Amino acid sequence: MSRTTFFEVAVLDANTREQICFLDKVDPYSTIGNIKCLFQKSYPHWYPARQALKLDPKGKILRDEEILLHLPVGTTATMFFIDLGPQLGWTMVFLAEYIGPLLTYLLFYFRVPYIYSHRYASTSSPHPVVTRACACHTFHYVKRMIETIFVHRFTHGTMPLRIIVRNCAYYWGFSAWLAYYINHPLYTPPSYGEIQFNYGLIMFVMCELGNFSIHVTLNNLRGDGIRGRRYPIPTKNPFTWLFLFVSCPNYTYEVGAWVSFSIMTQCLPVAFYTLLGFIQMSIWAKGKHRAYSREFKDYPSLRMAIIPLIL
Amino acid sequence: MSAAAAGTSKAAHGDVAPKKRRGPGALAYLVIYNVVMTAGWLVIAVGLVRAYLARGSYHGLYYSIEKPLKFFQTGAMLEILHCAVGIVPSSVVLTGFQVMSRVFLTWAVTHSVREVQSEDSVLLFVTAWTVTEIIRYSFYTFSLLNHLPFLIKWARYTFFFVLYPMGVTGELLTIYAALPYVQKTGLYSVTLPNKYNFSFDYHSFLILVMISYIPLFPQLYFHMIRQRKKVLGHIEDYSKVE
Repeated sequence: MSRTTFFEVAVLDANTREQICFLDKVDPYSTIGNIKCLFQKSYPHWYPARQALKLDPKGKILRDEEILLHLPVGTTATMFFIDLGPQLGWTMVFLAEYIGPLLTYLLFYFRVPYIYSHRYASTSSPHPVVTRACACHTFHYVKRMIETIFVHRFTHGTMPLRIIVRNCAYYWGFSAWLAYYINHPLYTPPSYGEIQFNYGLIMFVMCELGNFSIHVTLNNLRGDGIRGRRYPIPTKNPFTWLFLFVSCPNYTYEVGAWVSFSIMTQCLPVAFYTLLGFIQMSIWAKGKHRAYSREFKDYPSLRMAIIPLIL
Repeated sequence: MSAAAAGTSKAAHGDVAPKKRRGPGALAYLVIYNVVMTAGWLVIAVGLVRAYLARGSYHGLYYSIEKPLKFFQTGAMLEILHCAVGIVPSSVVLTGFQVMSRVFLTWAVTHSVREVQSEDSVLLFVTAWTVTEIIRYSFYTFSLLNHLPFLIKWARYTFFFVLYPMGVTGELLTIYAALPYVQKTGLYSVTLPNKYNFSFDYHSFLILVMISYIPLFPQLYFHMIRQRKKVLGHIEDYSKVE
């Protein structure tokens, strides 16, 4: 019968360096995640997702999977605690961010009273373009919500509250702004009429399909876990052939969808929103591209980050 | 809030001697730049004083320094470039915000709305800006040359107590004075319907700008106060020249 040496863990506040919790009889094969659960017993309002534990106050945050025995500590480990603030699971975050644009756009489409001038309340636009644009916008966000629930798998569990507030303000605010103009009684349909709208619509549908294809492809990659990571490659689906040219075709398609929406509606606020989205997504794409290039020595050199051959 | 806030970005990084991560060429350029700006704002200051003495009144002094004011205040946009290129260790965003808010007031309000140019509020912020900038640019010049007289450092972190509220008051009053003229003429405004389905009401925008002073002014003001404590905190151990 072997004796297991139990560890002890002293948890200190990272800012004040005072001991706030002492855990004894900790199994040496406990993970940081286990320790966080133990810690929560003393401080019930600090759920594990809110806890950041470090071996050094200025050091890196310990990952939940790390095992106590493998850390550079003695049998009495000292850890420093930081409260990360309220957290929300990523699924909920995205749903909150997307439900706003979905609903606010509809408020403007149905011309809910007090938005536009009195006599237009609850009327509908004479232009078929406006109804179709509403359908496209709604479809875009419904698709995103479905993907969030059924397709995406998130690595980090949570996100801080103030980031969520900021993101929601951005999504909700902009969708209200562009919905205001598209559904306005004085809205002017596209200069080249039906042709312009239809071409835009075709491009929009292609980009939405493309974006969805990429999300599914990326999701299928995830199944392998940390070891055996590979970068995404084109599959039989023609939409994924964009992987030949860019690292993040999901962003490419997303920008494409918004460009086509701008063309369909011929609305400057939409174009401006597209531009902002493009800038942000380019930054993300460049980061991802750099990460791929660094991790995989055989990463195809033809690939750019977001725009084939250009960016 | 542009009045003393323009000093904030440098202050935000503490006033340590500039790290020599830029070459001697960049250093020479920056010294020349700051000397030229100091001189420019001195020209504006002298222009104001001379015009006052000549006319005997505070009114309409803007016209006597209109051109150098536009030139040197607009020229300050180079400072955004300095941060972007890295020869000045400040945040591009913060510097950009400060410079552009000054440029906005100079061109989009004072220059564009002729009727406010004779207002006394214009003199109020121009004076605040002038004094602030002379001190700020000479501060940078001396810092770059590693010979910062305590007086300049003290002035930079003390004068703002008065100059900052003074400048903000002048700016707000000027924008407020411009409102009726903007509304009447529809200046810089676009209405529906139009081909690109866009509208912009400059009058409402100016009101929003005025409202934005409420959260921003206290933040910047208290930031400067905190910087002052940090920089001038140990006055006792200081000699005249660093």
